[in-house]
Parts: sequence; structure tokens; C-alpha cells
Amino acid sequence: MKHNLILRVVSKFLIPLIFLFALYVQFHGDFGPGGGFQAGIIFSTGIILYALVFGVASAKKVIPPYILRALASLGVLIYAATGVASLLLGGNYLEYGVLASTQVAGQHLGILVIELGVGITVMAVMLIIFFAFAERGRSEEECE
Amino acid sequence: MIESAVDITLLSLIAIHAVAIIRMRSLFAVIMLFGGFSFLSAGLFVAMDAADVAFTEAAVGAGISTILMLATLALTYAHEDVQKEEKQPTHKPWLPLSVVLITGGMLIYGTSDIPAFADPNAPAQKHVAPYYLKKSLPETGVPNVVTAVLASYRGFDTLGEVTVIFTAGIAVLLLIGGRRKSKIPFETRSNKE
Repeated sequence: MKHNLILRVVSKFLIPLIFLFALYVQFHGDFGPGGGFQAGIIFSTGIILYALVFGVASAKKVIPPYILRALASLGVLIYAATGVASLLLGGNYLEYGVLASTQVAGQHLGILVIELGVGITVMAVMLIIFFAFAERGRSEEECE
Repeated sequence: MIESAVDITLLSLIAIHAVAIIRMRSLFAVIMLFGGFSFLSAGLFVAMDAADVAFTEAAVGAGISTILMLATLALTYAHEDVQKEEKQPTHKPWLPLSVVLITGGMLIYGTSDIPAFADPNAPAQKHVAPYYLKKSLPETGVPNVVTAVLASYRGFDTLGEVTVIFTAGIAVLLLIGGRRKSKIPFETRSNKE
């Protein structure tokens, strides 16, 4: 699909909007529908669209696989570390109320942070899976 | 009136999709129909006011699963003769058919005990739901109850879910992540490219 001008132009226009929407879903999840899971998926579809139109190789230049692997673990780590932080501050595991001065502020902060962790992991894992499939197909073609 | 019309339209479209998926032989078309099926389910969830579930269904079911299934198809399609006629089954269909009919009949019989949609006296509405609906806003300050339950009250579950996704990523990496070792020697391969 590398030489399809319309696809290239339209996807160049669409990809920033997809990212923006993903960020909106991520950080607006407390108020409207959405959250980390959906935001991560939407963010990864933006990069998958880029990979489909411009090729997997150039998409891997945008987000190299080793960064994806680090991000996948980072998300889980952020989530688990939030729990440890609330433990250290004197609460139960994942009791966000102790993270800030008031209960509500702490809950708000905790939810925002763990949703971010969820989003990062989901985004990274979806891209890891997609790249694994795409790469596999290409390496077999090269072998034939 | 309008609501039931929407429900009936969506459900019948879903049924049409399901029948078409069973009857189709082209895997590409089946995957496209799967996407449509998921999208219609998402519409059904919206009609039931479950916006978060609909969002997830549209993003995961209709979006990323379709892409991943297409990627799988791209890996396997080329090597299989899809045009090959299906072999006529040697056994008679009566045993599987009776199992399906009995199971379906029991399921339909079971629906008579399910409380009506949005019944306020249903067990699901009686247990912890009233607490969440009343207390989640003052306790967490988050207007979206689904997010409050998911991230705060059930934070442990969500941590488990994220770990499951992470594990899935690791499993895929371990299974098909590395480049397959080719039996063709390196020099001949580089000549071919």
C-alpha cells in the first residue's frame, strides 16, 4: 500500500486525531465512558494504521520493539507501584485515599495513575502482538 | 416503541451475521463479518445504556481483534488450499444435533427464571450495586461509576487483568516473537532478496 497517495494523505490526517482521541479517552475516563483499556487500544490502532500504510519497518522506527517491551512492563509496574506507595503511606494495598491530603483527592490521583499504567501496558502489548504477527509473515516471505 | 424497534433490528442483524458466518467458506469474509458482529453487539450495549462496555466491545472486538485475525490469516492463508472441497462427514449428525437441541432447550427453559431487564428487585441490583451508586461519588469523586468500581473498588481485579494482558504479550513474544530460524543457508537467502 506504499504508493497509494490518498491512503497516505488521509492516514496522515487521521493518525494525530486517533492519538488525540486516545488521550481524551485516557484522561477523561473518570468523567465519561472510557479508561485505560480503551485508550490503549485506540492508541495502538493509530500506530497499526501507520504500519499498514507506511510499512511495518517505518512503524518500528517510530516505536522500536525494545521500547515496547519496556513500556509493557512499565505499565504493570506503575500499577503495582501505586499499591506499594499506598502501603508505604500507611494504607492498604491500592488504597488510594492516603496518596494525597484528602480521601477524594487521593482517590482521584490513584485512579488517574493506575489508568495510565493500564493504558501503557495495553498499548504496548497490542503493538507487540501486532508486530510479532507482521514480522513473522515477512520473515517467512523472505525465506521463500 | 423506538427502543424495542432498535433492539429487534440489532438482534436480527446479529442473527443474520451469525448465520452468514456459519455458511461462509471464505475466511476473509468471515473475519469481516466477525467485526460487524462485534460492532452490532456494541450498538446493542449502547441501547442498554452500557456505554463503557460498548466502548470496549467496539475498540477490542470490532477493532483490534479484526486486525489480529487478519494478521493471523495473512500468516496462514497462503499455505492452505482454501478452495478444497470439504470432506463429507462419515458419521450421522443425529448425536451432535440432539446434544445441541437439548442444550439449547435447557438454556431457553432457564431464561424463564432470569429476572426481567432492569428489574429493580433482581439479585444483581440488590447486592453491592446500591452502595456503589450511592457512595462512589462522595468516596472517590469520580462521576463515572464504572471507572470508580473498576479502578478503585475493584482495583485488585484490574491489576490482575493488566497482568493477564502483559502475560499474553510475553506469551506471543515467546511463541512467535523471534524470527524463525530458516533452514536455507544465510548466503543463499541474502542472494534472493
